[in-house]
Amino acid sequence: MTSPADRKPIDVVRASLKKRYARERRFRFLGQLAVFSGVAFVGILFITIILNGYTAFEQTDIRMDVYFDEQMIDPQGTRDPQVLLQGDYAGLVKAALRKEFPEVRGRRDKRKLYRLISSGASSRLQQMVMDDPGLIGTTQSLWLVADDDVDMLVKGHIDRTLPESERRLNDKVVGWIEKLESEGRVEKRFNTTFFTAGDSREPEMAGIAGAAAGSFYTLLVTLLLSFPIGVAAAVYLEEFAPTNRLTDLIEVNINNLAAVPSIVFGLLGLAVFINFFGLPRSAPLVGGLVLTLMTLPTIIIASRAALKSVPPSIREAALGVGASKMQMVFHHVLPLAMPGMLTGTIIGMAQALGESAPLLMIGMVAFIVDIPGGPTDPSTVLPVQIYLWADSPERAFVEKTSAAIMVLLAFLMTMNALAVVLRKKFERRW
Amino acid sequence: MQIYVILLVLLGLTAVAYRAGRQRSVQVAGGVSRFRDMHSLPSYYGMYTALWCGLPALIVIAIWMAVQPTIIVDLLVQDLPPEMQQLPRPELELVINDIKNIAAGNNMVSGENSEALKRAAAHYQSLQETSRAAMGVLALSLAIFGGALAWRRISPKMRARNRVEGIVLGILALSSTIAIFTTVGIVLSVFFESMRFFQSVPFFDFVFGLEWSPQIAIRSDQVGSSGAFGMVPLFAGTMLISFIAMVVAVPIGLMSAIYLAEYAGPRVRAWAKPMLEVLAGIPTVVYGFFAALTVAPFVRDLGASLGLEVSSESALAAGLVMGIMIIPFVSSLSDDVINAVPQSLRDGSYALGATKSETVRKVILPAALPGIVGGVLLAVSRAIGETMIVVMAAGLSANLTANPLESVTTVTVQIVTLLVGDQEFDSPKTLAAFALGLMLFLTTLVLNVIALHVVRKYREQYD
Repeated sequence: MTSPADRKPIDVVRASLKKRYARERRFRFLGQLAVFSGVAFVGILFITIILNGYTAFEQTDIRMDVYFDEQMIDPQGTRDPQVLLQGDYAGLVKAALRKEFPEVRGRRDKRKLYRLISSGASSRLQQMVMDDPGLIGTTQSLWLVADDDVDMLVKGHIDRTLPESERRLNDKVVGWIEKLESEGRVEKRFNTTFFTAGDSREPEMAGIAGAAAGSFYTLLVTLLLSFPIGVAAAVYLEEFAPTNRLTDLIEVNINNLAAVPSIVFGLLGLAVFINFFGLPRSAPLVGGLVLTLMTLPTIIIASRAALKSVPPSIREAALGVGASKMQMVFHHVLPLAMPGMLTGTIIGMAQALGESAPLLMIGMVAFIVDIPGGPTDPSTVLPVQIYLWADSPERAFVEKTSAAIMVLLAFLMTMNALAVVLRKKFERRW
Repeated sequence: MQIYVILLVLLGLTAVAYRAGRQRSVQVAGGVSRFRDMHSLPSYYGMYTALWCGLPALIVIAIWMAVQPTIIVDLLVQDLPPEMQQLPRPELELVINDIKNIAAGNNMVSGENSEALKRAAAHYQSLQETSRAAMGVLALSLAIFGGALAWRRISPKMRARNRVEGIVLGILALSSTIAIFTTVGIVLSVFFESMRFFQSVPFFDFVFGLEWSPQIAIRSDQVGSSGAFGMVPLFAGTMLISFIAMVVAVPIGLMSAIYLAEYAGPRVRAWAKPMLEVLAGIPTVVYGFFAALTVAPFVRDLGASLGLEVSSESALAAGLVMGIMIIPFVSSLSDDVINAVPQSLRDGSYALGATKSETVRKVILPAALPGIVGGVLLAVSRAIGETMIVVMAAGLSANLTANPLESVTTVTVQIVTLLVGDQEFDSPKTLAAFALGLMLFLTTLVLNVIALHVVRKYREQYD
């Protein structure tokens, strides 16, 4: 044994090395764990959404032999569109169901039987007769949309092995469905309703077209306002503004606005645009105005960065050949900075597309069935539609919500990918 | 729809003015070959004429649209039967609303649909039509007049370019002030409604009150009629959820930033960084759905299997998901800061024989600390203002508790619940939302100002 006094510093270091390397490995592992958990969260999120939602792109249909009974549609035989519109089309569906299951008796059972087919089927029959009155008196074999409970059962979201009391559908109904299945009358088909219909209280009739149109008009207003204003503000601040108190104040303001909670912009919209200026509630116009104020800081900051990256030699060359300052900016600097500005704008638009909190404030949460036809029609937007469906108790809305999320994410990814491509393609190193 | 027509015609007139101005400048110069006598290029004369044609008309239209509703309503009230004019203010507004509804073609009327109302509606419609027609005539004649005036003034001496550039510069400067107007708008709108709220609920009761139950009695003898507006439980709930979020986000965000900046090879960085940034691009409503559908039941079942009673709207679930949302925010801000630490500091540490982790912990982190703190403050401000996750996954009942397994509510949740749906604009319930908004705005503002200041100071240090 050597006494401590004989130990050289190198020995002390050597003795501690093992511990230090172990600590190094631990630290490294923690870092890997952090990155891994971040990536894992992305994975879990996407997998849950996709597993919950992919079935919504299919919808269970039931084939029925519908007899277009003249007595129920047009007893007088006038073929007047007004009369055809009033026909008892729900009765046609009921009659078809009764014919298929003649053994069903009793009002309760019958009512359950009628619920197999969605209430939306009758409006489809109505549309068919309006298009072609010649159908009256014939029997057609049609695929009609099944009710959401049937849909859930067929897709396996309702467990058939559960005891009857814990199931939404009782054994009798399951028996009917199994009979239809054995006859090949039940089929899952691509769900076009989801992409063409507006909102509905019936999950099987609900679609995202209304919300998508609302999002489109809202974003259109946002883009038309925020891009020119944002670029103009950036050009002024970067190229013309004198350094004084006012421009300093503007800069501080822009940076702060970028971090103000979005819901506060909603309060602003409610107090100023709706209560003070009297603009219509729930309109994409107001939504677009609010989102414009929200995305402006993003666009201004990105545009200023793009202007900054244009080298001074370009400016000096333009001024050197006699261009005025304005000509220098608009003819030479701005075109070179445009790709960067567009990238910033796309990212701002993607933010606006995913935003919902301020839109709740200005009443874009109403239940709206019609697809909006312009920026002043009442409407909702995709994220708010997701919020509304997520609140609905029906099991079928869970998959609709997930599917709507998938559509929204697809839009967002496309926009972000576009921004990346734009940046890659036009990025210049000076 | 007439406004679109007016704007289209105006656009057409502006285009005509541009061509006319341009042609006239060539004519005045005496042909293209002699154009060097003119002060500016022909297109500037065109633009000058076009601006004179379009701008005044646009300004008139904007002002007209802004004041038109109030004036029309005033005119309408003057023509109402006297017994209606005598009505108190709120009822009169109801009547006016009915008239507007009838005029718009839907017959949803609060009172009876009387003959007088119908006549008033017709009157309202005719007033509107007259006003729009007058605006169209005024705006378009102003456009023609302005264009013609500018057109006549075109001469070789006129400095068209300087004038056009002056106007453009004015427009650019005006655009940049929108940021100020937005801030002023936020402050004013939230502030005035809050002042009205503080008239019915004392300020100190609001700020220090320990109870929140914003019901207002319809009848005075109702049970639980006294609404309580104390914001402490709401802010406590907000802080609890934000704290949980930070406990998740700061270690993961910071460690992944350190790993990606100091350890990871370029290939790992190339795919891991965008993957983390995907988290930042996901809309908050998606996180809310994820929290309510997947995480909250998971936390509840986990708690149940451990013998704990967990609320299905626990603060823990909302906080966890909010933490996931904030990870990329923390990691990208820390990444910037860590990369800004000069390489010489690292080299010095390695030269003394320090390992990588020792360098990170003893040299880089202390050097980067102010920047990281700034970034974390920004993340806290974002967590406090986050709305959709808590609206969908946190509760509505205002519990004053520090137990993350219980359900709490937050400021943003209450703002949404108070303002969504039908509302009167004068009830303290609605106004309370604005008071909460004011508090939220002030809190985040203070955090942001401190954070931005710290970050900026830090940047200057190593520049």
